[in-house]
Amino acid sequence: MIEFQNVSFSYEKERPVLREVSFRIETGEAVGLIGANGAGKSTVMKLLLGLLSGEGKILIDGTEVKKENLKEIRRKLGFVLQNSDNQMFMPTVYEDMMFAPLNYMLTREEAEARVDAVLKELGLTELKHRHNHRISGGEKRMAAIATILAMEPEAVLMDEPTSALDPYNRRVVINTIRSLRQTKLITSHDLDMILDTCDRVILLSGGRVAADGPAEVILRDKALLEAHRMELPLCLQTRK
Amino acid sequence: MNKMEKALHELGEMDELAARSSPIHELNATAKLLSTVVYIVTVVSFPKYALSALVPLLLWPVLLFQVSGIPVRVCFYKLRIVLPLVMAVGLFNPFFDRAPLLQLGPVAVSGGVVSMLTLMLKGVLCLMASFLLMATTPIDSLCASLRRLHVPKMLVTLLLLTYRYVGVMTEELAVMTDAYHLRAPGQKGIHVSAWGSFLGQLLLRSMDRAQELYASMLLRGYHEHFHYAPVKPFTARDGAYLVGSAALFLLLRFVDLAQLLGSLFVR
Repeated sequence: MIEFQNVSFSYEKERPVLREVSFRIETGEAVGLIGANGAGKSTVMKLLLGLLSGEGKILIDGTEVKKENLKEIRRKLGFVLQNSDNQMFMPTVYEDMMFAPLNYMLTREEAEARVDAVLKELGLTELKHRHNHRISGGEKRMAAIATILAMEPEAVLMDEPTSALDPYNRRVVINTIRSLRQTKLITSHDLDMILDTCDRVILLSGGRVAADGPAEVILRDKALLEAHRMELPLCLQTRK
Repeated sequence: MNKMEKALHELGEMDELAARSSPIHELNATAKLLSTVVYIVTVVSFPKYALSALVPLLLWPVLLFQVSGIPVRVCFYKLRIVLPLVMAVGLFNPFFDRAPLLQLGPVAVSGGVVSMLTLMLKGVLCLMASFLLMATTPIDSLCASLRRLHVPKMLVTLLLLTYRYVGVMTEELAVMTDAYHLRAPGQKGIHVSAWGSFLGQLLLRSMDRAQELYASMLLRGYHEHFHYAPVKPFTARDGAYLVGSAALFLLLRFVDLAQLLGSLFVR
């Protein structure tokens, strides 16, 4: 369970990025965090992961996100970065996937078994020993997701998981996201993907929660979306 | 592919070379590391006029190239930028040391020329040995070996991260160079007036990316301790390689093989 209680944050005093944001995500929920550029989506993610600290309270399974709890918190959360190149820093997919399990004190055998299981589940076994700089963008995105799943996190956070992917790879990533059993929090401008993968949507605007409700309702509300510099998902737009 | 992308590609190729399989690749990283250190120390210890005595030490890298299956041209291609710099070290010796040292027919060769050639050869040999170590040993194994040799954790982590992060900086440089040339058609290189802002931007962008990479490491449980790939155990074969190679280097250091061979033919 993820809970934001009146969280505010600003990089500069005069320009707050988040203003008293509150929401609660139950275990197993798939939530899309949407909003125009600068609405504060990435800041929400960074606050959640303890990469930034603001005012108010953020709780993960009842544990407050603060310096002394970061190890415990980060063990529960897996974060897929927008730019997979920034996530994959080891020479091969295998070594990258081993990185987190080894840091969490698994033996090499246990870690390898976990890596193999994740690769098999995602159908990526042939990528195991491939070099990160030799795989395509789509493969890299899937490998980045695999590195996170190898941590066996309780919740998966994703920042623009389908950006810069071709339609085929986008569909592969969407199907993978749908198959994940963990709690999911996904930020994206790809509203079609959000509609496909999330049950609930939180709309951020001007640093506040402008709407929070079922994806089917919010993503069909043309007036609401347009009022916050967004558009209906393409699949819901009727051709003129 | 622009120059920077090529550089990035080449960096990746080093990892691939190190991941190959050969009797040299199979050796324990510590044995290879120590053998390389002994080789370099031996090469450097030769006196400045001992050009002929140094030549037999070429046999070692040649042997390693053969056994490891690493093409020699790859070595010289990858070292093409640093080789001229190393070779330029002794360039001024002929001007300072003009005393004739030997006579080649009618030509008197000065001590400066011999010491310049010796320095050049030393540079080439050391670079080749370092290249062979890197090309036959994954960086993780090398770092794990350094830790086993009690090199401070901070230094080893810095080495590993520098190796990984060079790619990040090069990637940023590639993007910036492309963006520059698209708006400065026909211009060779970066104009001097843009150097300051170019470097400043490069630094800022690299720092941003490095920060994101570091965040990604922290979020996956990194806590100032790298779990290096398991190092192959030090076997009798590794011991034999280390002792054998060190003995050979010392032999070549104290016995002038070239002179010995020469004395067989010339009295």
